[in-house]
Amino acid sequence: MTQSDKANAAASEAPSVAYPSIDPATVVGWGVDADPKNDPTWPIRDRSGDDGARADWTPPSAQVAGVEILQSVEYGRRPAVVGESTPPAGLSGMVRRAAFRFSEGQWGHWLLLMGADRLNTVEGLLQDFRRGRMPNPLFEMGFVKHERRHEAALATAAVVGVAVAGLVLLNRRRHHLSL
Amino acid sequence: MLAMDYRGPRRVRIEHKPMPVIQHPRDAVVRVTRSCICGSDLHLYHGMVPDTRVGMTFGHEFCGVVEEVGPDVQNLKRGDRVLVPFNIACGQCHFCKQGLFGNCHESNAQATAVGGIFGYSHTAGGYDGGQAEYVRVPYADFGPTLIPDWMDPDDAVLLTDVVPTGYQAAEMGGIQKGDTVVVFGAGPVGLMAARCAWLFGAGRVIVIDHVEYRLEFARTYCPAEVYDFREIGDPVVFLKKITEIGADVCIDAVGADASGNAWHTLFGKKLKFEAGNATPLAWAINSVKKGGVVSIVGVYGPTGNMIPIGNVVNKGVTIRANQASVKRLLPRLIDHVQAGRIDPKGLITHRVPLEDVAEAYHLFSSKLDGCIKPVLIPNAE
Repeated sequence: MTQSDKANAAASEAPSVAYPSIDPATVVGWGVDADPKNDPTWPIRDRSGDDGARADWTPPSAQVAGVEILQSVEYGRRPAVVGESTPPAGLSGMVRRAAFRFSEGQWGHWLLLMGADRLNTVEGLLQDFRRGRMPNPLFEMGFVKHERRHEAALATAAVVGVAVAGLVLLNRRRHHLSL
Repeated sequence: MLAMDYRGPRRVRIEHKPMPVIQHPRDAVVRVTRSCICGSDLHLYHGMVPDTRVGMTFGHEFCGVVEEVGPDVQNLKRGDRVLVPFNIACGQCHFCKQGLFGNCHESNAQATAVGGIFGYSHTAGGYDGGQAEYVRVPYADFGPTLIPDWMDPDDAVLLTDVVPTGYQAAEMGGIQKGDTVVVFGAGPVGLMAARCAWLFGAGRVIVIDHVEYRLEFARTYCPAEVYDFREIGDPVVFLKKITEIGADVCIDAVGADASGNAWHTLFGKKLKFEAGNATPLAWAINSVKKGGVVSIVGVYGPTGNMIPIGNVVNKGVTIRANQASVKRLLPRLIDHVQAGRIDPKGLITHRVPLEDVAEAYHLFSSKLDGCIKPVLIPNAE
């Protein structure tokens, strides 16, 4: 069981709330001012087929997810279909799992996710290096067209190479002077 | 297949990715023929939406051809031309039954506030989007709509989001004949909202922005009175002067990426202490008349923004907002396109091969070359 599964299980095991049972018909004056025309949600929300049912619709058949899905603690059960793009992984994935221990109403949830996004950007660069791929910011930021991406990569590599060589030379010079 | 690939704020590229597959009996796989970059994609591109993961494919405005359907999809077949609403909606939950297809409860595991949206971060469900050659479409027996034979695909792709969102912005305003309507933002949605305000009987339509070429476009496309907020001093005072008591309806069609206030730009956009810069929303609240309506379709992050909520109470302002419920609106909007009352493809300024997606994002984000609406075309000749 993953950490997110544990968090989801904990959420679903939360004690149910005992609601006070009040029969509206016993309340003096119940409904005397009800006016169906007083509906600021019209026409966005169509109440014409409202049968009073709330959460007891027949759910669609559930997708069997092939990857880890983080789930809001505000759900009683997982929605029937899920997106399987880019499952949580690495350090950013750990932070995302931590974020999903908070509800959507807590800033901690969103701030941790924003932090994870920034970490994920660095992870993306490291992933490129691991695959032997030179980052190509000129192309990725849209400054050059697709057909000129190789020249942009070479230009970036040249700039980085010159910068690194310069730093090495500077360091050697300082070392030499300090001797 | 080729697909857009997010690498971090302001960095995207084209990548070879695995073909999407049927993952649920109600899925379809669609070959994309047109895919737009939306103004709200720029919120993702700028790193403003939480849980936007490196490697994701964006794109919630697309149309195409059905390539494959799951066993429960009986209303579509391979080869059908479809436009796909940006909302992923089951059609059977409590919210879908009430027509709130942007609030489906069966399509977004990561957040309860909004239903699933194609290619719009994991906060909207974690689905890869349509800025690709192929895309998985969940609940394909409910969402996708057949494109009429007479309809241009450039019109069809704009019916997946821009047109319904602009239309719903005007609809939520409850515009009555003769009303004065102010639209903040002359992006594609703002332009469409201003155009649709006339359909509801507006007597005067005003568009506020600071990008000159977009204001010029609004002047003829909508058509509307246009003002550059950099040239009118305090926009609220200016609007109260030219409308005497304030506008009947104000529409925020900008959202988190707004300009116009250094404080909110710093705290909302740069430092992310707010869910973006809500300056147009503050202007809308303050310049609408007492008892007026503010309609919000600009997209904000899920945290919080500093807005003058006390003025909402004191003025008796009605605020209405939602993601557009595309499926609900499509029949009416298709009628409007056929009758020539709205011209969606008139918004398109750039048609770009999918391979040049990075350049298209840069062009749109930086408002270069007169860009209003860029459309990506996979397999462009």
